[in-house]
Amino acid sequence: MEALLALVDHYNFVITIFLMVAGLYVVVARSNMVKKLIGLSIFQTSVYLLYLEPGKIIGGTAPIVDPKFTLYSNPLPHVLILTAIVVGVGTLALGLALVVRIHEAYGTTDDDDIADRNRDE
Amino acid sequence: MNTVLAHLPALQIVIPLVGGLLAALLRRGILAFALTLVVSWIMPVISGLLLHQVMTSGPISYHLGSWPPPWGIEYRVDLLNGMVLMLVSTIGAVIIPFARRSIDFEIGERRQAWFYSMYLMCLAGLLGVTITGDAFNAFVFLEISSLSTYLLIALGRDRRALVAAFRYLIMGTIGATFYVIGVGFLYLLTGSLNMVDIAARLGAAEPEQARAIIAGLAFITVGISLKLALFPLHSWLPGAYAFAPSWATVFLAATATKVAIYLLVRFLFSIFAVALGRDSLPIAEIVLSLSVAAMFIASIIAVYQTNLKRMLAYSSLAQIGYIMLGIGIANQAGLAGGLVHIVNHAIMKAALFLALGAIFYRIGSVQIADIAGIGRRMPLTMAAFSVAGLGLVGTPGTAGFISKWYLALGALERGWWPMVFLLVASSLISVLYVGRVLEAAWFRPVGEKAAAAKDPPLSMLLPLLVLAAATVYFGLDTQWTAGIADAAAAFLLGGLQ
Amino acid sequence: MTLLGEAGHLILLAILLPLGCALVLPLFRNIPNLREAVTLLTALALAAIVLMLLPVVEAGGRPAAQLLEVAPGLAIAFAVEPLGMLFALVASLLWIVNSIYSIGYMRAHDEPRQTTFYACFAIALASTMGIAFAGNLFTLFLCYEALTLCTFPLVTHKRNAEAMRAGRLYLLLLLGTSMVLFLPAIMATWFLAGTTDFMPGGILAGKASPLVTGLLLALYAFGIGKAAIMPVHFWLPAAMVAPTPVSALLHAVAVVKAGVFAILKIVVYVFGIETLALAGANEWLIYVGSASLLLASLIALTRDNLKARLAYSTISQLAYVVVGAALAGSTGILGSGLQIATHAAGKITLFFCAGAIYVASHKTEISEMAGIGRKMPVTMLAFLVGSLSIIGLPPFGGMWSKWLLALGALEAGHVFVVAVLMLSSLLSAAYLLPIVARAFFAAPPADAHGHGHGEGIQEAPLACLIALCATALLCVVLFFQAGRIESLLAGIFTAPQ
Repeated sequence: MEALLALVDHYNFVITIFLMVAGLYVVVARSNMVKKLIGLSIFQTSVYLLYLEPGKIIGGTAPIVDPKFTLYSNPLPHVLILTAIVVGVGTLALGLALVVRIHEAYGTTDDDDIADRNRDE
Repeated sequence: MNTVLAHLPALQIVIPLVGGLLAALLRRGILAFALTLVVSWIMPVISGLLLHQVMTSGPISYHLGSWPPPWGIEYRVDLLNGMVLMLVSTIGAVIIPFARRSIDFEIGERRQAWFYSMYLMCLAGLLGVTITGDAFNAFVFLEISSLSTYLLIALGRDRRALVAAFRYLIMGTIGATFYVIGVGFLYLLTGSLNMVDIAARLGAAEPEQARAIIAGLAFITVGISLKLALFPLHSWLPGAYAFAPSWATVFLAATATKVAIYLLVRFLFSIFAVALGRDSLPIAEIVLSLSVAAMFIASIIAVYQTNLKRMLAYSSLAQIGYIMLGIGIANQAGLAGGLVHIVNHAIMKAALFLALGAIFYRIGSVQIADIAGIGRRMPLTMAAFSVAGLGLVGTPGTAGFISKWYLALGALERGWWPMVFLLVASSLISVLYVGRVLEAAWFRPVGEKAAAAKDPPLSMLLPLLVLAAATVYFGLDTQWTAGIADAAAAFLLGGLQ
Repeated sequence: MTLLGEAGHLILLAILLPLGCALVLPLFRNIPNLREAVTLLTALALAAIVLMLLPVVEAGGRPAAQLLEVAPGLAIAFAVEPLGMLFALVASLLWIVNSIYSIGYMRAHDEPRQTTFYACFAIALASTMGIAFAGNLFTLFLCYEALTLCTFPLVTHKRNAEAMRAGRLYLLLLLGTSMVLFLPAIMATWFLAGTTDFMPGGILAGKASPLVTGLLLALYAFGIGKAAIMPVHFWLPAAMVAPTPVSALLHAVAVVKAGVFAILKIVVYVFGIETLALAGANEWLIYVGSASLLLASLIALTRDNLKARLAYSTISQLAYVVVGAALAGSTGILGSGLQIATHAAGKITLFFCAGAIYVASHKTEISEMAGIGRKMPVTMLAFLVGSLSIIGLPPFGGMWSKWLLALGALEAGHVFVVAVLMLSSLLSAAYLLPIVARAFFAAPPADAHGHGHGEGIQEAPLACLIALCATALLCVVLFFQAGRIESLLAGIFTAPQ
């Protein structure tokens, strides 16, 4: 019972973990390369959540200095995640470019088919 | 002059970064090559000056943008990463003359400038991972180097290079993301991203937070292990090394995994061990068993390969096992052995892949059947290959022996006799795959493919001979390799209880 | 870096001279006479240098030279002491004879790749000098491995499938034993004693328990594969596929002698005979050595191929040295040292004769050699001389070594060893004398063409004849010089001046 309550209390982390595992599952279980990349993106998004959620301080206001407020939310995770998003976008773009070239070279984007074709070479 | 010297740590990164940008703008291959040459030759000068400063006056702390740590990003150079910086930049400088003809041969004119641009980005990324003292900044540089590496690999001739690059992309990104998760845990625990600061604050953590610390350690270790291809997270490496352009493989084999190992050592010894106490690091047994598995399994698989690049790729996996073994043993001799093998293996593997690159340049193949008798047609190349191969095996008088000596001594000091026998037994397996190549090259009659070969031009031959000579030199004068590694190990272990 | 004691420069010269010869020889590959002349001159010069060292050592001096310190505790250093002096003398003198023989043999056979042959021979001699003069275990190991590697092209000289197979077995067995057993033994010694230097009285006194001492001795005995103690002896019969001058080198001049010399030296200068006897760690080696002794003799009886029979005879005779070392008494050590010299002279004679028979008649099997003595009287007389020396009869040198070994066995209280020695002499007679008897007294068989097969066979080429007469004479000379050798070796047990 307490375990269930704890899970509900930390619902944000539950969502994060669900996304993490879902993304990894797609990467591993799907043979279509585009799907793998999407899974990877989902996985990376979950990490953004992991950072952002603790950044919000309960009762804290936007992190702009103002003499009226004493408690601010933490801006640093947002900065870090912006960087991480950029990295993620770059990775996704590169991955998709590779998929386009693979399709040109092999005629398919299915990882298993390509593995078979490579083995026969 | 003084301002330049004061900002050397930043210049170490900025110069290749800007160089990469410029190279992309220079459309002609030869211009991009010239720029890369200049940048590559400036790098070891900077690293040398930094290392010299560290050795004379202690660790350097450079505040990027003059923001003081722990709020600003700090570049921190001590003996450990000074050594790695020197390694990466020197290897890059030695091998760059080889690139002109090799890349011209393997990559079309239109793409050469992009290749050099990506190489410089990769160099900047690797140097950045090494020099930074900020955990998240390390992630950024790690991804810079990784993304450019995926591109370097994808530019290989064979269409399998594309698939290899894609596989590496998937696995590498997962690894980097795991690393970020680990850093996230550390940030949640300590509120800081500066490595020194994290170490200090972790030490003051309460006991309930131990689980979080272990979780962070686990994620970081697994993440970096994916990057350094520790068995069983290694499956991207053989394809990547085999199908990338020959010169790219030379650089990657010598540097990319080594920098990842450095990052792991940094986290394990400078951050976690400081906080948790050296002997309570729970990962030591795991690292040890995986290293031994890597040493044997990878060596055995290497024996059965017919593609020589693939064979050397598996050999690299085994050698990474040796380095991780030293880290797992985690005493003065063992850690020094692991660190010195980082340098020694880089030199030997670079020489071996350069030789293969030269062979590929001359006969267009690296299959063992095609190199029959090639020793008679390319004597200098194969002589260098033989010397580096003997080094790989651990013949006394070569650098490889020194690493094995320290590693064995480390194991003996822990009282782990069986480990010594495992170490030498796996070296014996490497005799098999190196011996196979040497026998084919020197003791078989000249085959039809090898008949047309001759030694490569001087620009390609010189780096090869220099590295082969270095293999022997660093087996006889170890002041700069083992001496520094020993001091770095003492420095890392000295900060622990 | 280089520290030269008295006459230390002679040591370095002894090693560098053959190396220089090997480097220079390829220049003369098209002028065979000049090439052979350079080889002979180098051999003569080497013997002269070694002879210059002799009086220094006989007077009690111990020339030394330290080259460089590779890593803390690992140095390349040389030091001459009586055992090494004897070994160097044997090797350098026999090189002269072997070179003369090689000239005759290789030319009569019109063998290919002669330049490689002579060059590798020179490198082998340089390595042998290094082993003889090694001042510590590391230097010994370095030169030992170098010897294995440079004799590989010699063993595989014929380059056919059989030769390559034999070469692979040779390399794998010798490298395997040295890497997996010998090297860990050296590491353990360093770990226990803090040094790898050779010291009179040994460096392990009080440093290891009897069990560890025994295990260490086992690692050394089986790790030094060149000593061909059963069961690591298989490489020796396989290596008989090489041309006879190489077999002579293997069996008499360098390779196996280096093996037993190393064991002897380690027993005296690493363990120390008192330490060994006190710990009782030597007992098992006496039994294993005796078993190897008898077993090899018995197998020799069954072999029809002359070189194979001689190979097993060598394995048996080498075991004499090992047993003498294992007795851990001063007389035993003297006997072992003398055995190295007398067996070298005797065996090289036998191999020269075997090669002469092959050159003259293309016969390799003993059953085919009936009556050959009538056509090749000088050769077979020399064979008789060599046989008698091996059996241990006066007036040939072999008698004294067997005598001293028996004396040493009695002193140590192992009477059964005396019985083993006597039995072995009988067996040697049984497998050697029938060859001579058949050669002189049996009627030559008529071959398929109807004419007696004696026609067409003449005495061996002149160079070969000179060589084998010289070594036969040496067997006699050693009988009379044994006393001088004994007093040289006695210097092992007296303090140096």
